[in-house]
Amino acid sequence: MGEPRRRSGGHGSARYSGLALLRHGVVGRSWPPAWRTHDLRHGYQVVIVGGGVHGLATAYYLARNHGITDVAVLDKGYLGGGGSGRNTAILRSNYLTPEGVRFYDRSLGLYRGLASDLNFNVMFSRRGHLTLAHSDAALRTMRWRAEVNKVRGVDSDVIGPEEVKRLVPAMDTTDRVRYPILGALYHPPGGIVRHDAVVWGYARAADSLGVHLHQDTEVTGIDVMAGRVTGVRTNRGDIAAPIVVNATAGWATLVADMAGVRLPVQTFPLQAAVTEPVKPFLRPVVVSGSLHVYVSQTARGELVFGASVDPFAAYSTRGSLEFTEGLAGHVLQLMPSLAKLRLLRQWAGLCDMTPDYAPLMGHTDVEGFLVDVGWGTYGFKAGPVAGEAMAECIATGRTPQIISSFGLDRFARGRLVGEKGAAAVGH
Amino acid sequence: MILLPCPWCGPRDTEEFGYVGEIDARPDPRTTTPTEWRAYLYLRRNIAGWTRERWYHRMGCRRYLVLERDTTTNEVRAPRSPAVRRAP
Repeated sequence: MGEPRRRSGGHGSARYSGLALLRHGVVGRSWPPAWRTHDLRHGYQVVIVGGGVHGLATAYYLARNHGITDVAVLDKGYLGGGGSGRNTAILRSNYLTPEGVRFYDRSLGLYRGLASDLNFNVMFSRRGHLTLAHSDAALRTMRWRAEVNKVRGVDSDVIGPEEVKRLVPAMDTTDRVRYPILGALYHPPGGIVRHDAVVWGYARAADSLGVHLHQDTEVTGIDVMAGRVTGVRTNRGDIAAPIVVNATAGWATLVADMAGVRLPVQTFPLQAAVTEPVKPFLRPVVVSGSLHVYVSQTARGELVFGASVDPFAAYSTRGSLEFTEGLAGHVLQLMPSLAKLRLLRQWAGLCDMTPDYAPLMGHTDVEGFLVDVGWGTYGFKAGPVAGEAMAECIATGRTPQIISSFGLDRFARGRLVGEKGAAAVGH
Repeated sequence: MILLPCPWCGPRDTEEFGYVGEIDARPDPRTTTPTEWRAYLYLRRNIAGWTRERWYHRMGCRRYLVLERDTTTNEVRAPRSPAVRRAP
């Protein structure tokens, strides 16, 4: 890790602090924009397709850790409008495979220090994370996960229903329900974060280091000559670039197709919903794999619900009544006292599912074309570590150890990861 | 609710079906190479738009069927060239 450089202090990079807040309050001047807009240059050293957490984090760590600032991040919409703005903002590192645990634990560590690192309040909140077990099989998987976690130094243990009740008094831990709670995997370092703030924080920090952020810039083609990427075409003009990174979610296949790279990805919508705000009563994040639901309460008091992916592949982000009905039924199984709570809204995001629930990261058969895709249901929590690793991969030309199991070539070699600790996997 | 046209049962709710996925030509296991076979197993075209795919009517006639679906709108139509024989 290189030493963080001081910000250049240019336009848009005024340091946020209590003193600055006071000064602005007294003087009444408006705040400078968090990032600038630029004309599209004809060439960049690195072009990152996708302005979400992953793309922006990659740009930020490229500039900060490796001094590469001739970087453009392109997004066809607005920054953080895809998966980064549609996830349920849950952070944890209690995965099942040693590769997964090591990877996500590094991410959680970066998230913990992110607010001071980026000088942007990302509202990281350590809440504890409960994965409920409703069957012997689930409990067995929880024990397995706990042991893998402990070996890796991750705080994680199996607890009984009484302990679950103590942590979440609203939970129905009796055996008078269809799926009684037999225990849970408890992961105290897990928590939630403000997902938009993470996007904005990375965008602002990358911008102040000299990265160009281009919104409303849709990539329409990728130029490849003799097995080497030479640039991208966009709706705003062509860009020459020796390195192009596909950091999209939902559109991963379509962007990879432009470079002639095939992916083991199927895109599924995942629906989520949020209730009206109520007083804080739910501290931990609660997940039930068997009931396909996860719940957390935001700092503002709303309950955020997520589910597993929709039952069939699609690029449509329309919500469905089946989801809402199923969700309500499952949530009330867990916490019957929520019966009168109203949903404010529901939405869907696109999840690029891979066969082994692990991402696709690093180099491809097309030289200079890198992928950071296939993030399924676990992309947001991996944002910082993915950005850090991708930046290293680009800067050094070598695949860092921490992502060595996530290469695209693992499918041709038959070396799948099998990450069954991912959110979409029922046990 | 999205209705799928089952050639044997008529239009039914998607909840009754299992999604099998896009249809790809299966290489002959006796002559294929491991690389080709793994490409068949794992790589997907994942088309945004009209695609031909296989479904399983698990809570109905328990037969497999082929459909065309626009993955961006979930509009569904019976395949123009049916890959399955109609029920007698």
